[in-house]
Formats: sequence, C-alpha cells, structure tokens
Amino acid sequence: MRGRLLTGGYLLLFFAYLFGPLVIMIGTAFNSAGFPRLSPWECFTTNWFGRLLADDRLLTGLGNSLLIGLGVVIVSTPIGLAAALMLSQVGAKLRATLYTIFIAPILVPGVVIGLSTLIFWDRVGGALDAGYDTLFYDGFFLTILGQVTFISAYSMLVFLSRLQRFDPTLTEAALDMGATPTQAFVKILLPFVAPAIGSAAVLAFLASMENYNTTVFTVVSESTFTTVLASKVRYGIDPSISAIAVIIVGLTLMAALTYEAAQQRTALAGRIAGNPVLRRLMHPAPVGLLLVVLAGVAVWGGSRVDSSACEAQVLEEKRALQEQYRTAPTPSSPAPDTPAAPRDGGAAPASPFSPGNLAPGGDGGEAPSPAAPASPFAPGNLAPGGGEESEAPASPFAPGNLAPGSD
Amino acid sequence: MTKEVGLSHVTVEFGDYTAVDDAHLTIAGGEFFSFLGPSGCGKTTILRCISGFQEPSYGKLLIGGRDMRGIGPNKRPTALIFQNLALFPLMSVAENIAFPLEVRGVGKKERRRRADELLELIALPGQGDKRVDALSGGQKQRVAIARALAVEPDILLLDEPLSALDLKLRQHMRTELRAIQKQVGLTFIYITHDQGEALTMSDRVAVMSRGKIQQVADPATVYNAPATGFVASFVGENNMFEGRIAAPAGPDGTAEVDLGLGARVRVQAAPGLGAGEAVQVFVRPEALEPGGTAPNRLTARLEKVEFEGAMRHLLLRAADGTALRVSQVNTGGDAGPGPDAPVELGFAPAQAIALPPSELARAG
Repeated sequence: MRGRLLTGGYLLLFFAYLFGPLVIMIGTAFNSAGFPRLSPWECFTTNWFGRLLADDRLLTGLGNSLLIGLGVVIVSTPIGLAAALMLSQVGAKLRATLYTIFIAPILVPGVVIGLSTLIFWDRVGGALDAGYDTLFYDGFFLTILGQVTFISAYSMLVFLSRLQRFDPTLTEAALDMGATPTQAFVKILLPFVAPAIGSAAVLAFLASMENYNTTVFTVVSESTFTTVLASKVRYGIDPSISAIAVIIVGLTLMAALTYEAAQQRTALAGRIAGNPVLRRLMHPAPVGLLLVVLAGVAVWGGSRVDSSACEAQVLEEKRALQEQYRTAPTPSSPAPDTPAAPRDGGAAPASPFSPGNLAPGGDGGEAPSPAAPASPFAPGNLAPGGGEESEAPASPFAPGNLAPGSD
Repeated sequence: MTKEVGLSHVTVEFGDYTAVDDAHLTIAGGEFFSFLGPSGCGKTTILRCISGFQEPSYGKLLIGGRDMRGIGPNKRPTALIFQNLALFPLMSVAENIAFPLEVRGVGKKERRRRADELLELIALPGQGDKRVDALSGGQKQRVAIARALAVEPDILLLDEPLSALDLKLRQHMRTELRAIQKQVGLTFIYITHDQGEALTMSDRVAVMSRGKIQQVADPATVYNAPATGFVASFVGENNMFEGRIAAPAGPDGTAEVDLGLGARVRVQAAPGLGAGEAVQVFVRPEALEPGGTAPNRLTARLEKVEFEGAMRHLLLRAADGTALRVSQVNTGGDAGPGPDAPVELGFAPAQAIALPPSELARAG
C-alpha cells in the first residue's frame, strides 16, 4: 500500500516535471497579460495568435526553417541509408571503426560544426574568388550542409537498427532466384527499410527545425524559426511565444495520435480484418481527419473570441487600483508608480480624481484644469519639488504654488 | 533439362582455414545427391560454390560441362532452398512463388497463372493470397520449393531445409521431397547432417569431415562398407575396437585381428593392411548377438538396458573397459539378461570391418 503511494507520488512528480512547464506555457498563451504569465489572470484572449500571424519576421523564419528542413531530409536520408548499409556489410573490425567515424559528428558540439562549416566554405569560396552572392555564402546552403553532417548520423542510427533485423539471406535468395543486385535492393531490401525511411525523415526534419547551435552560425544573413525566436527572447517577449508553443504542441499531438492509430491498426490487423466498419474506423485517415476538423473548430472558435470588453475592464480596474493607491492617506509614501501614470492619460483625465492630475511635474506645462485641486489636502499638493517646468499657475490655489521650493 | 555438376579438385580457403579440401566428384543429371557431415565439415561451403555465392580458391566448378567461374548466382541454372527458407515476409505466397518470374520481366497475368500451377504441384491450391506468416512450417517448406521450381532450374540445391521441422513432419517431407524430385526430374543436391535424411532420400551420398570428402557411394554401401573410420562411426551406430592385424586378408577378403580386449576375430579388411598394422574394427550394434553360433566371440558385462519401443539397446562393458552397444529387435515378453550378468556376444566376419585407424572415429 505504502509502496503504491510512493510509486504514485513519484509518477505524479515525474509527470509534473515533464509536462508542468508545457501546461503553464499553454495557459499563458490565452492570458491577455502583456508578459507570459498565469497569475494574475486577466482575460481569456486569442489575440496573441493574431499577433503571431502578423509577425512577418517570424513567418519568414518559419518558411526558411521548413525549406531547410526539407533540404536536410532530402540530403541526409540517402547518406544515412548508405552509411547504414555499408556498416551492415563490412567485417566486425572495420565496422567498429567506421561506426565511430560516422557518429562522431553527433559528439562534436553543434557550435563547432556551425563555425567550421562557415569557415570551411568561406575559405573554399575565397580560394575560388567567389562573390558574397554565391553558394559559399548562402545561408540556406551552409545551414543544410552544416545540419546534414550530424543529422545524417541520426538517420544512420535509425536505419542501422532496422537493418539489424534484416535477414541477409533474403537478398541472397533474391539473387539466387535470378534478380540482379539492383532488383534485389529495390524489391527486397528497400520495402523492408521503408518504415525506417519514414522515421528517419521525420527525425531529420524535427532535428533540423529545432536546431539552433549550428544554424545560428551557418545561417549568415538569413533567419530561421529558431534564430528569430532567440532574438525575440533577447529583445523582450510577449505571450505570442506561448502561442507558438500551443500550435507546436497541437500539431505534435495530432501527428502522434494519427501515428498511434496506424500502429494500433497494425497490431489489431488480425482482429479487425473481418469487420469492414471497424476497419475503416481504425484507419489513420479518418482519425487524422477528425483531428484536423477538431483543430479547425478550435481555430474558428478562437478567432471569434472577443476579449476587448474584458481587457477594457481590466484596464479600468487597474486605474481604479492606482487611484486607490493615490488617494490612500499616506502622504509620507507616495504610490510608487505615480511618475508613470501621466503617460497613461496624456489627454485630459476623465475624472478630476485621476492621479495623473495631481502628479507633480505633469507633462510639459499642461495647465492643470481649474477644478483640479478639489481637495487642498491631495498628496500631490504637498509633494516637494513638483511642477518645476510648469508656468505660472492659472489659479493662486494651484498646488504648485504651495509646493516649497518651486520657483 | 537436367545437367550434371562437376567439382574438379575444388578447394575453398578462408584465410588460414581450409573449408573444403580438394573435393573431386561428379553429380549426374537427375540424381538425388546428398552431402552428409557434421556442422562445420564444409558441406554448406560446397553448396555455396555450386550456387555461386562462393568462388573456389582452387579448382573448377562445372555445370553441364561449363566452367562457372565469374558467373553470378543470378545467372546460374541453380535454385537454392535456404536453411531458414528465406521466404520474403512482405510478399504474399503467390508473390513469393512468382518472384523469379517477376525479376525476369514476366507479365503479371502469366506470373499469377504459373504461381497457381506451382501451388497445385505442392498441394496448396488457392492459398496464393495468404501472408507467408499465416502458413505452417511444412507449408512454408513447400512454398520455398515452389519458389525454387519457378526459377525452372536445372539443379535444385537444398540446405538442410527440414532441420526446422518437427520429427513427424520431417519424415513426411522426406517422402514428399523424393516424390517431387521424381516428378520434376531435376538434379537435387541435398545438404544435411541428418544421416536418416541422407540415407532414405539419396541416390548417392558424399560423407564429409573437416573439409574432406570421405566416401561417395550409394546409401547401402556407405552403411555396410564404410571407407574410413569416420564414415563407420558417423553413419549409424558402431562399436569400435582397437586392434592389430594378426594375419592379412586372404582371398575371401577377411583378415585375422587381435583385439585389444584379448580376443582374436576374423573380419573384413582391405588387402593393403599388412600383419602387425594397427586397425580399428567396427561392428554394428545390431550385428552383435548375445549367445548364438557366430565364430567371433566376445565377453562383456551388462551395465544397462535402454528401451526404445521397437528396439532394445544393451549397454555393456568389456574386461578392458571398452563400452559396447548391442541392439535387439523388441520381440516382447523376453526380459533379457539381468544387470551385471556376463554376456557372451558373437558376430559374423561379414558384419565387421577393419579400417586404418582414424582419430575422427568416435568410440561407442
């Protein structure tokens, strides 16, 4: 009993550790607060998604990342397959050596790969007297090459584990049956390796999409999704970053569920073969379609959420709060955010009680409205050194007059 | 249609290791020929030479009189049935069988027709659309044979294809293989370590040990007149006695031998064995008879009786410690001698053979 409790507690902690940050980030994507945070919760909003879609830099980066990812898949999959085939055919001694060489790029830090790729091709370009508009200085070309060096090793590992289960006598049998080596490869080995080609391609694509260390050097003047994100983080973030997270998590979930449906279908192949309804239902296509429809509904519903009323209310509440600080009878300690207040209400305040009015040194000589000092006891009146720039007050009762040290 | 296979002084070396040592024999067209030997004796290497997966280091391999050097496995008139069958798991039964036709560019309709024909031949009609996994061991076996036959080979090579089957099925498939061979009339070259398979199916058997061919003969000769000590001890059970020639073989082909355990017996021997030469004498367990009137006599003490249904085996020990084995047909009722009883055994000179000593012969 106690053991089970411990196990349960451990599992809970483990999952909290794994998914806690994700859950919080997803939550912040829907909070209208200007900084990604859950508390205080302000308004449920989908505006950050809109903000995201309007971000040209990010979209360009995303497009570039997709292009680079595609290039990496196309180049690294055949290289990985070729390496794995070679490893599975050489002797044990040579295999150990080659294996070490092939996976070395995984062990080299990405920064080193990025820098060396950049420098190497710069030297090559320099030796050939190539201009800066040539391939040797092209961010796409360099990034694809740089990423392929280690991503093809990932692909190789995927293929290798598949090939270890391949029975080489199948190839021999095909040859013996009169197939040419090419036919044996295309008709026997390739169909066997096909599932691994899919996994290797997905792995390569994802590895390329999320790579930063290498990319940040090789991308030169272009930008990718990760480099744009990184610069966003550096120059101040807003919850549109959380919105990206929500989209990525959503897409991942959809892909994973569809894949799982396909897996389950294979596992249950025997049982559902005779049942046409179940067979269609279990097909990954309708599952995927359903998920896409659900996602579409979520997007449509999200686009109709109008949080402006709520946001206006929140703004109002904030003002009221500030006012509360202002009017609180604590002359010795003025509300800390008073100096910022006037920026909020550049125009004439709607209420004579709004704190802006009473702020000392109110923006560049804007004369306080005659009614302003409704109470001569307002803390602003007594503030020392206020209203230095203000012209002669229109009313002798204006607060500036009473302030000591005002000229 | 059928072609003879000639091995002309074929030697295969892997580094320092000699897998096949000077194999020299001819397999006639239409023959069911077996290579019999323990694992590691080089029989599979010979098969790989014939099928083209291995080039001989020395010597020539001829199929239908044509030297096969440099001709790949896909260009030879052979089809190999692998030990693990090597059926293509991602293809249906019919696709497997039609694979040799597919790679030769035969059209889809014709392929299907031919596959159905072959399914008929192996008694699996209408099962072409099944997955290979859905078949039983014996059915897979037959599909592998059908696929090999689809190649329309002149020579069918079989690499211990029955070893994965259970006993009953194995015995059934022996008969079936032989029947298929008679039906299609091809040269079958069969590799096995199972002497039962080799003896029941083959026209001729080559017994191999450590890369060397020990004897090539029909099954009865291999059993009754082994050429070497290895053949005598490997094929069937045999009792072995160390001894020395006392009187060389006369015109009747028998010589007198002094056995180490103290008896003088008259056995068959090659005329080349002179007086005083060390020999090994082999006597089949079923040739030894307790009591009886045979001229060669031995005395031993009974240690144990093994009962095996149709047969009964007496395990005895001679005075010098040599273990002896006597097999009797179980006639029922007769309890036989009790344990520790001294038993007098007799055997006829025609049922024993003296051979030059061989370290490969295993006693008992």
